[in-house]
Amino acid sequence: MRTVPTSDIRDVIAEIAVKACMEVDVSVTDSFAKALKTETSELGSYVLNQLIDNYDIAKRERIPICQDTGMVTVFCSVGQDVHLSGDPVEDMINEGIRIGYEKGYLRKSVVRDPIDRVNTGDNTPAVIHYRIVPGDKVTVTVVPKGAGCENMSKLTILKPTQELSDVKSFVKKSVFEAGANACPPFFIGVGIGGNFEKVAILAKEAVTLPFTERSEIPYVAKLEDELLAEINELNLGPQGFGGKTTALGLRVLVYPTHIASLPVAVNISCHAVRHEKAVI
Amino acid sequence: MEVINITTPLTTDMARQLQAGQLLLISGTIYTARDAAHKRLMGMLDRGEESPFPLKNQIVYYAGPTPPAPGAVVGSIGPTSGYRMDAFAPRLYKLGVTASMGKGGRSLEVVASLKQYGAVYLAAIGGLGALLSKHVTAVEMVAFEDLGTEAVRKLTVEKFPAIVAIDSKGVSVYERNSV
Repeated sequence: MRTVPTSDIRDVIAEIAVKACMEVDVSVTDSFAKALKTETSELGSYVLNQLIDNYDIAKRERIPICQDTGMVTVFCSVGQDVHLSGDPVEDMINEGIRIGYEKGYLRKSVVRDPIDRVNTGDNTPAVIHYRIVPGDKVTVTVVPKGAGCENMSKLTILKPTQELSDVKSFVKKSVFEAGANACPPFFIGVGIGGNFEKVAILAKEAVTLPFTERSEIPYVAKLEDELLAEINELNLGPQGFGGKTTALGLRVLVYPTHIASLPVAVNISCHAVRHEKAVI
Repeated sequence: MEVINITTPLTTDMARQLQAGQLLLISGTIYTARDAAHKRLMGMLDRGEESPFPLKNQIVYYAGPTPPAPGAVVGSIGPTSGYRMDAFAPRLYKLGVTASMGKGGRSLEVVASLKQYGAVYLAAIGGLGALLSKHVTAVEMVAFEDLGTEAVRKLTVEKFPAIVAIDSKGVSVYERNSV
């Protein structure tokens, strides 16, 4: 049994929440450089170049990449050999968000109630997904995702007799309808299977996977490649102005499901795919 | 790509000359207003009250910035999605607003009002907030301060880049193929 003070989790969350809003992974900027070589749209290329400059300014001058620094999703995996000590972990995760968003000059975008809509003033609470896993470590991933792309997420439950091609059609239709609102070029997470809530979490988790890698399941890896290629034929292009660069990454997660169900969820991330992971 | 420098106020005559696909570099004054500010403004107008900020020949920017870091004029300040203001935009165009600025497409009703009033919809690049903050030289709180990031702010801008997304003839850069 290893003891982890929840104040350590708080401190890590505060740090990585800010970092996630200021810096994208080098794989993102690399994918932009690659896209510029194939993009033929003049307006599309202009957008890509501007966005590259923006990442640079954000990182160098510590200005958030995007003003929408999100409502934060936190994936918190706790090893079953960990004893969490101190204040309640949920309070400490939210305290970490509170500190990070204040010290990092990030936007407070959370309202306390969906109907009365009064801002909580500190960007809490986060949406937290816990998981008990083997081992004696705590892993936290923060996903400060903006609403522009989050609002464009889609979920459906297809009939079990429908084909993989129907799954693909739903994903492509969802991406097309998201269009410019979700700030292309996209990074797309797709969940297939489980049930209503599981498939949504799969899709959100898929957005946080390394988009340069592929699933270990052969048909899923093939699906990732095919969907990405087909989405880039939609001609949405950067910011929806047309072009070949509609998506730069797409990952799929699958899960067993009910004999009567074929759930599919699409969670789109804007070009600034922001997430940061830490192991405690 | 054609680059057009404009200085505010943006008159209807100027707006009518703009064409979809042009890159505008805006200098002068623009006003931020997004969801909550629009909702409140509509309530005021319904009650016959005056708008707390000028509308005639003005550009309304759908944006809510991050707080400025010490020494900065403004924080990150890119556009938010325009469609959420679709229900409110025609009324503002009617009252003299000559351009709204956001990201993403607009409803047919908004396009019709652009044609009717000789106005335009501009697209700033979404997720460009850090770079765009460099084009803002001054910020003044104008109304609804309690709304925080959603308050109405008067921005002084210099060569602020935006694409003419839908022009006063209804021509749109969001021309799409079907799935």
